Amino acid sequence: MPPIISISGVTKTYATGFKALKEINLDIERGEIFALLGPNGAGKTTLISIVCGIVNRSSGTVTVDGNDISRDYRAARSLIGLVPQELTIDAFETVWATVNYSRGLFGKPTNHAFVEKVLRDLSLWDKKDAKAITLSGGMKRRLMIAKALSHEPRVLFLDEPTAGVDVELRQDMWAMVRRLREDGVTIILTTHYIEEAEAMADRVGVINRGEIVLVEDKVQLMRTLGRKRLLLELRSPLATIPETLSRYALELSPDGDQLTYTYDNQSERPGVASLLRDLETAGIQFRDIDTQNSSLEEIFVNLVRKDA
Amino acid sequence: MNLRAVWAIYKMEMARAFRTVLQSIVSPVISTSLYFVVFGSAIGSRITEIDGISYGAFIVPGLIMLSLLTQSISNASFAIYFPKFVGSIYELLSAPVSYLEIIIAYVGGAATKSIILGLIILGTASLFVPLTIEHPFWMLSFLVLTSVTFSLFGFIIGIWAKSFEQLQLVPLLIITPLTFLGGSFYSIDMLPGIWRTVTLFNPVLYLVSGFRWSFYGKSDVSIGISLGMTVVFLLICIAIVAWIFRTGYRLRN
Repeated sequence: MPPIISISGVTKTYATGFKALKEINLDIERGEIFALLGPNGAGKTTLISIVCGIVNRSSGTVTVDGNDISRDYRAARSLIGLVPQELTIDAFETVWATVNYSRGLFGKPTNHAFVEKVLRDLSLWDKKDAKAITLSGGMKRRLMIAKALSHEPRVLFLDEPTAGVDVELRQDMWAMVRRLREDGVTIILTTHYIEEAEAMADRVGVINRGEIVLVEDKVQLMRTLGRKRLLLELRSPLATIPETLSRYALELSPDGDQLTYTYDNQSERPGVASLLRDLETAGIQFRDIDTQNSSLEEIFVNLVRKDA
Repeated sequence: MNLRAVWAIYKMEMARAFRTVLQSIVSPVISTSLYFVVFGSAIGSRITEIDGISYGAFIVPGLIMLSLLTQSISNASFAIYFPKFVGSIYELLSAPVSYLEIIIAYVGGAATKSIILGLIILGTASLFVPLTIEHPFWMLSFLVLTSVTFSLFGFIIGIWAKSFEQLQLVPLLIITPLTFLGGSFYSIDMLPGIWRTVTLFNPVLYLVSGFRWSFYGKSDVSIGISLGMTVVFLLICIAIVAWIFRTGYRLRN
């Protein structure tokens, strides 16, 4: 199956001369949840804005389900729903009016039953006659999502959707994302909450300074770039690490109860077996042993730092 | 053609007008009535008639034109500036709508409001002075043409403006003075020679003059020139809008 979104050689230089995007090439597969990570100002929002038609690109091509976003912009745009980062709603419209407006704007026939379902799914039905200005921040965020879903998009962009929302809404939102994915909707999200990308995404892309630094299957990424930690709970506390163990770069906890050994799990010789042997030789006994994978956040920070 | 989108925007714009009925309809009606009281009664008692038309009746086309110009500009400029200001324009720009559809919807909405307003003022005026409309077809044509042209002009201002101050700048500093100096309240024959020539460079003169002709069959300049000037201004506005959309000026950059 061809990718649902294909971005090829896209660049963006603003009138000020600032190069927001440098030669972006990226394919988004059908039905996946793709997390686009990157520090502030990396070019995430610019890239999304170009695909959605909000910002003109300087060069390159983008297709959505085979439709060029310039030549076949109607077909391309009608497939996309966008929830932008900022809460930008016409404050004086009612929830009902503004969601129905969005549906009409995208060329879909009036369907009150569908709009009602969207509002109910997002716990907005009780507020349908309320003006947007009277809604809380969380409710406004739900309204933005309702507007994006009102025209039944096949691709949903969520730009920092959980920034500043409470735990309940965040959980509701991820439950909704999973439901949409089950219905075959492709979801592209940017987030600062890397644990969310870790929990939700199928693939992860990292963008930094206008360049895609990496695109990888999330599990594969964590396997490839992940580092593992071996945690040893000691029977009796150590004052210092013996000289004979210096080659392992061990870390001793302040209370001397725990030794941490960080190693590359892809390495041919991770050194775990020899460490355990050397510990025994040194007469250091442990009562428990545990291993931890590094988080996506650590991988991300390392990547961006390396690139800086 | 995404007619559903055109209808959605148009409906939303009209709903906004009815939601702000006090500002959109009632306040222009009140200010027009005040013009009648001040100009019609106070000045009208000294100037009994111009070109055989009573002064009160003479100023009606000019008054309607004054409201039409200012309201068309303010309606259309605000309609596109406000989403730009709050950021909700993202939705319009990401929707499968063409530039032509956006213009038809926004300019159509603003022009409809102006036309309704013009007719309300006409109705209000008929309560104060006896009115005759010699050329109803041309009266309506001028009403529609002027509303559309100046709504388009307002749309351009709304896209150009980067602040509320800029939004007000053109209507306050250019349109209102031009309207007052464009023969709304007097015939240019009443001006001294040099000022009469200067006034001929005021485009609003041609609108007011043509519109007045449709009422009383009398005008300062010929009806053909009036119509021609209005159409020329419309074409200039269309050309500017076409350029804005081709380049994405202040919208997609």
